[in-house]
Order: sequence, then C-alpha cells, then structure tokens
Amino acid sequence: MRDRVWIFAGLAFFVAALTCPAWYAVANGKASNKSKPPNLELPANQKECVAPAGTMRAAHMQMLIQWREDVVRHGDRRFVAFNGKVYEKSLTRTCLGCHNKEQFCDRCHAYSGVSDPYCWNCHNDPQTVAGSRTRSTP
Amino acid sequence: MNALYSLLAVLALVLAGFACGQGAPARMVLATFVPYAAFAALLIGFCWRVARWAFVPVPFHIPVTCGQQKSLVWIRFAKIDNPSTRWGVVSRMAAEILLFRSLFRNNRARLSGGRLILGESASLWLCSLAFHWTLLLIMLRHLRLFLEPVPAFVNALERLDGYFQIGVPPLYFSDVILVSAMTFLLFRRFRDPALRYLSLFSDYFALFLLLAIAVTGILMRYFTRVDILSVKQFALGLAAFRPGASQALSALFLCHLLLVCALAAYLPFSKLMHMSGVFLSPTRNLANNSRSQRHINPWNAPVKTHAYVEWEEEFRDKMQAAGIPLEIENETEDAGNARTN
Repeated sequence: MRDRVWIFAGLAFFVAALTCPAWYAVANGKASNKSKPPNLELPANQKECVAPAGTMRAAHMQMLIQWREDVVRHGDRRFVAFNGKVYEKSLTRTCLGCHNKEQFCDRCHAYSGVSDPYCWNCHNDPQTVAGSRTRSTP
Repeated sequence: MNALYSLLAVLALVLAGFACGQGAPARMVLATFVPYAAFAALLIGFCWRVARWAFVPVPFHIPVTCGQQKSLVWIRFAKIDNPSTRWGVVSRMAAEILLFRSLFRNNRARLSGGRLILGESASLWLCSLAFHWTLLLIMLRHLRLFLEPVPAFVNALERLDGYFQIGVPPLYFSDVILVSAMTFLLFRRFRDPALRYLSLFSDYFALFLLLAIAVTGILMRYFTRVDILSVKQFALGLAAFRPGASQALSALFLCHLLLVCALAAYLPFSKLMHMSGVFLSPTRNLANNSRSQRHINPWNAPVKTHAYVEWEEEFRDKMQAAGIPLEIENETEDAGNARTN
C-alpha cells in the first residue's frame, strides 16, 4: 500500500529518463533549428579536397593516422590524390591551410559528440597562434 | 531447436532491415512509423506491467534471506543479508541491483568419480555484471546522437570508454567487453546439457537480438561507415517529433534501427522486464521483521474471538463457587493487580 508511492515515483523517473531527448529539445528551445547540422565553413580558396567529400566524411581520421604513420615513421610526405594532384602530407599546412579548425573541425566534432581527438596534443592551429609559435609544426 | 528458431527470428529481422533500406517507401515507414510504434509499445507496456505489479497485494513480509536474523542482542545478525530495517533493505537492494549479489552465490554442482562436488562459479556473475554495466554505458553514450548540445558527461563517458586510444576511430572497450560477455552467456547455455534443456526461445532470442544490435553497431563504427551527421539529424528529428529519413542513412543503419525497435517493443512482454522486476521482488525488498512487528493482513475477515479474560469474566461466579483459581481474583478488591500465574 504505502510502497505504491515509491513504485510510481520510480516508474515516473524511468519514463522521464527514457523520454529525456524530447524534454531536452524543448528545454533548449529553438527546437526547430536544433536538428539542423552545424554550419560548416568551407574553404573559399579551394574547390576540392584531397579526396571526395564522402570519403573524407567517413574516413578522414584514418587518412590522418596513415599520414602520421608515413611522415613520422617513413619520412614520406608526398600524397597523390584521387585526381592525380600532389599534396604534402601535413595536417597543419595542407588541411588547415584551407580549413578553419574552429569553424570546421571543432563544430562538427562538437555536434556529433566526438571528443577532441589527440591531433591537437602535438599540432596547433595556425590561424589562432599565427606569429606566436612555441612548438615546431611537424 | 529453441536456439535455432530464435536465431532465425533475429536473422529475419536483420534481413527485413536490409530489405527496408532498399526501397524509398519502406525506408520512410521504417524511419518514421516504426520507431514511434516501438517506443509507444515500450512505454505503455512497461507502465502497464509495473502498475499491475504495484497493485498486487503484499500483506506479509516474505523476504528470502541468506543470513542470521536479528533476534537476541548477543546473537550477531546479518545487517544486509537479513535486513531488519529500511536502510538494511536499501543496502541489500543496492547490492542486488548494482552488483548482482545473489548471482555471486551461484555455484556449480558436478559429479567427479561418483562424488558430488559443489564449487564456486563466478563466471556467470562476472560476465553478466560486465554485460549489464557495458550495456548501460553504451546506452548513455548513444545520448550524443539524441541531445544537442551534447552534455559534458556524455563526452566524458566517451573519452573514458576509448581511454586507450587504440586505432581510429578509437576502440570502445565497452564494445569488446559487451560482445565477449554476451558470447560467454550464449555459449554457457549451449555447453551445459541441463541448461540447454532449460533454455527457452525467449532466452536465446534476447541474447541473439542484443548480439545482432551490437554487431551492426560495431560494423557501422569500425568497418562500413555511416554519415554521423545525418544519423544525428535523424535522431534529433525523432526526439523533436519531426522524423525524416535522409538518403544518407545506410541500409546497415536502418537494420540497426529496426533491431533496436524490435528490442524496445519486445521488452515489456518478455523476461527483460527483470529490469523493473528486480526492484519489485517481495522476497528481497522487504525487511525481515516478522518476529518483531506484527503484520496484519488488511483484508482478513473479522474473526469472532473469545479470549480467556472474557471467558473468565463470563464464568466468574461459577468458578468462584467451585473454588477454581482465577486470573483476576476479585474485581472490586484486586482491580489492576492481576496475577500472571
């Protein structure tokens, strides 16, 4: 009898926990534009990336780790792209030469809940630390 | 046979998921109608079953205990295993729900050289504990797809899970532990003939279904990629009641979605309701105080009693006349001075 209060309180907690995405969307307001993907700033000076957009979206992390492997362990900095163009294998110079870290990398990572990757343990963002470099750029 | 049928049922669901990924109308149905229907079935079914349980009368305290009951002050009693207070019950339930205390007692009987040997068997306890905790972790991690902005604790859980930074995208340890623990739980049923005989369709079905969900999820994360942006858009759309199936959602994702929907819809009607049932077991969630407190059944029919005092009162004159000793000698002289012998 007197335990029914506890049972229904527990049930209410469970239902609230299960439906939390809907409440969260309401609580954060502007529910209409929250489900839109973040506004990713694309480079103005380039039309093409080092691989097709679909490939980059799905596998940029693997490409970056492969580049690190090639550069750091084998000294190979030459990357021949799918369209025959030759790029330098460098996150700081090639990727961040066109892309803006904060408005491209970080926005999408924050949106999709991918915690800061460990790229930035060594690399810095050339657009925010220009002129005041404390580390060498690999 | 049970194992085979449940495997076939899960494979049928997987195939249905892939088939739905092919045609546009089927995609629409799977991405808009099915999740809501499954979620409604989960919520309504779950509440219905818990409410039914809540209205089952439990007039007496009927705990099943594993320790010395509280009795005399000089006998040491088990405060948690045989609780006599509410806080004792709370500790006992916490140990049961968070650490699977009763499963830890599991032991294995076997015959060796004609002798019965009872041995410890912590493997079931360990694997189910690992399985349940990693399942919780994985479900909490999935909140990153349903909440925008992503709360800090979800990011923290994700970092913790990929702590060792093996490969890219980082290997989640919960994935490895979940799949290994579930494989053990499955093979445990296959290995022991007695257990195989006891296992029902629903035992295997839940395991295969969860395994299929885990495998499709792992495939999506580590092998064939999904477009995480459109997945998140889809999940947020579901949460905001504006569902929409983007073309970027792969057939594998829809398969994962269908399996999860099947699990959600199946949950209230299956043994998976132990997730609420564990809280509502009267043999565990009651204090063992039947000796110190009287629990009166509230719907007892009124019983007409005739206690000795009343009986003595009725026959006082006759008893005095016959010289039979009375409990209460004489009301006028000895009132309030009752002798007990």
